[in-house]
Amino acid sequence: MNTRIKKFTTKLIEGLLFLCGTISSLVVLLIICFLFKEGIGLFQTQPIEEGYIVAVNKNNIVNTLSPAQFKEIFDQNISNWSQLGGNNDSIILFRVDDISNYYTDEELGANFENIPQKISELVEKTSGMIAFFPEKYFDKNFTGKKIEIDKTTLHAFLSNKEWFPTAQPVAQLGVLPLILGTLWVSLGAILIALPLGLATAIYMAEIANKKVRRFLKPVIELLAGIPSVVYGFFGLIVIVPMIQQVFNLPVGETGLAGSIILGIMALPTIITISEDAIRNTPRAMKEASLALGASKWQTIHRVIIPYSASGITAAAILGIGRAIGETMAVLMVTGNAAVIPHSILEPMRTIPATIAAELGEAPQGGMHYKALFALGCILFIITLVINLIVEIVSNRRKKLTKI
Amino acid sequence: MIKKIKLFTLLVAIPMLITTAFVQTSLNIKIKGSDTVLPLSQKEAEVFMKANGGSKITVIGGGSGVGLSALIDGSTDIAMASRKIKMGEKMKLQDAGKSVKEVTIAYDALAVVVNPQNKVSQLTREQLEGIFTGKTTNWKDLGGDDMKIIVYSRESSSGTYDFFKEHILNNKNYSTTVLSMAATGAIIQSVSQTKGAIGYVGLAYLDKNVKALKVSTDKGKTFVAPSMVTAKDRTYPVIRPLFYYYLTTVEKNVKPFVDYILSPEGQKMVEQVGYVPL
Repeated sequence: MNTRIKKFTTKLIEGLLFLCGTISSLVVLLIICFLFKEGIGLFQTQPIEEGYIVAVNKNNIVNTLSPAQFKEIFDQNISNWSQLGGNNDSIILFRVDDISNYYTDEELGANFENIPQKISELVEKTSGMIAFFPEKYFDKNFTGKKIEIDKTTLHAFLSNKEWFPTAQPVAQLGVLPLILGTLWVSLGAILIALPLGLATAIYMAEIANKKVRRFLKPVIELLAGIPSVVYGFFGLIVIVPMIQQVFNLPVGETGLAGSIILGIMALPTIITISEDAIRNTPRAMKEASLALGASKWQTIHRVIIPYSASGITAAAILGIGRAIGETMAVLMVTGNAAVIPHSILEPMRTIPATIAAELGEAPQGGMHYKALFALGCILFIITLVINLIVEIVSNRRKKLTKI
Repeated sequence: MIKKIKLFTLLVAIPMLITTAFVQTSLNIKIKGSDTVLPLSQKEAEVFMKANGGSKITVIGGGSGVGLSALIDGSTDIAMASRKIKMGEKMKLQDAGKSVKEVTIAYDALAVVVNPQNKVSQLTREQLEGIFTGKTTNWKDLGGDDMKIIVYSRESSSGTYDFFKEHILNNKNYSTTVLSMAATGAIIQSVSQTKGAIGYVGLAYLDKNVKALKVSTDKGKTFVAPSMVTAKDRTYPVIRPLFYYYLTTVEKNVKPFVDYILSPEGQKMVEQVGYVPL
């Protein structure tokens, strides 16, 4: 009887654990699916604002334009069709608000019911015109030519150098500066945090006496509990002006400011985990090393660190994870200019900061919204790749130490 | 037995009747959207709820896009927006068979600010366009010291960004080197600690750590300094509307609150919060 109850409880607990495991894996999978479903949608949409079209005169020989060309045209940097392989004719821009410059309110009708016809007339009349207007004003007898805009391709998305998701008429979706910004800032952060964190962990585990350790450990763990906005504000007010002065820069909001803040934020994770790993080194091993006449430093260097390498790599992974995904603090200190960075002393824009800053205002389900999800996918892939690399490296090291 | 049932229904029905009557006289409104409009809506809602006991108004931020998409899927009654509704959003509402009403509840004046140490004190719209599109890069071209211009802007999705682009940049795109900040407070902080900085903020945020420039939109004939007085008499040119959007089907429910904001009392509060009354 008793054994039966015991068996039953074991089964029950096993079942519950299985259920919990399945549910959490399913949730993770679902989120990933959702992320990729929304993100991939970007490559099926044209990068023009929903519900708008671009049209030119029917005699214009230009058929397609790239997003970059659109931007140059509407920024008035290109002013003649011949620059785009067309006829020698100056470009006249037309947005729907401009219609009042051409027609009076009476001509447009009381409820603007004549707008479609008037736009059609205007485009026919003006040979160099490029018109950007809502699809609902597209006349049935429209004589002009609709300009086809290429769908965003993965290659263009990854290699274009300009990020203007709200540019009109055609959004510029180039994530290269964002990817590079993220990598620069995270790399800087880990270069600052890893040596510092590792040194602190070794000090706390091996060198510090009990009293110091008892005081230091909770203080460091406290760092992890500070909200990231506070770090960001601290960075903006203290670190940014400091960097500006030390390096004599015109502007202090730089990648370095982000790296320093992220480095500080990653410290508690790295210290706590690697310290635990170091303390897990069996006493027998340490004593054996010391008994063989090795000094304390030789023991740390030759015995303890190799033994706890996998724990330290885990600490590094989690630290990098925190650095790459961190949003608020970076958003506040890196300046967020979407330019390709040439040094860490330049303003940078990271992927998480971009998503956080733009998602709230982007129309849901629109092209901008999908582009931000695609950015999320890229971030996911970057983190995945880093984790895989670290996994491979630590596996190899384990093999080496075994031999 | 039957008597008992009757008594029971009566006992249940009376409180129900009372509650329904009560709900009809008081309001229950959800407002969601732009973080620019948020402080104003909160203040108005607070005072309105105090004056009309039993009314419940919930105000949530998140951004103009969040508010408008909540309006489309029906999870809010009023969407606050610091930009006009976009064509895509309008079409989605149309597809859902909903028609929307737009109300301008207040105006927000934008001040162009520089570091207090900067010698330049006035700029024309054309000069501002040059600065923000990246064509002018040094203050010496504008009569100031020889130093690089550091341009601060709001995020590309903010209504302020759009407005500034439409009215000051003549619809041209900002330069890629522009630094974008997530919040107005951050722009003030950065401009106050960076010598060559220029940025734009709402009138309510102006303080002594930054210098507001006089702006001219008539090619330099008249320069006007931003202040509540010049914004109210509309001589200051950089001023934008703030909107409420609601579905025509819930008009009855939200009307008393919207009317309250538009009333003289409500508009007084607009000025207290730092925005410009209608």
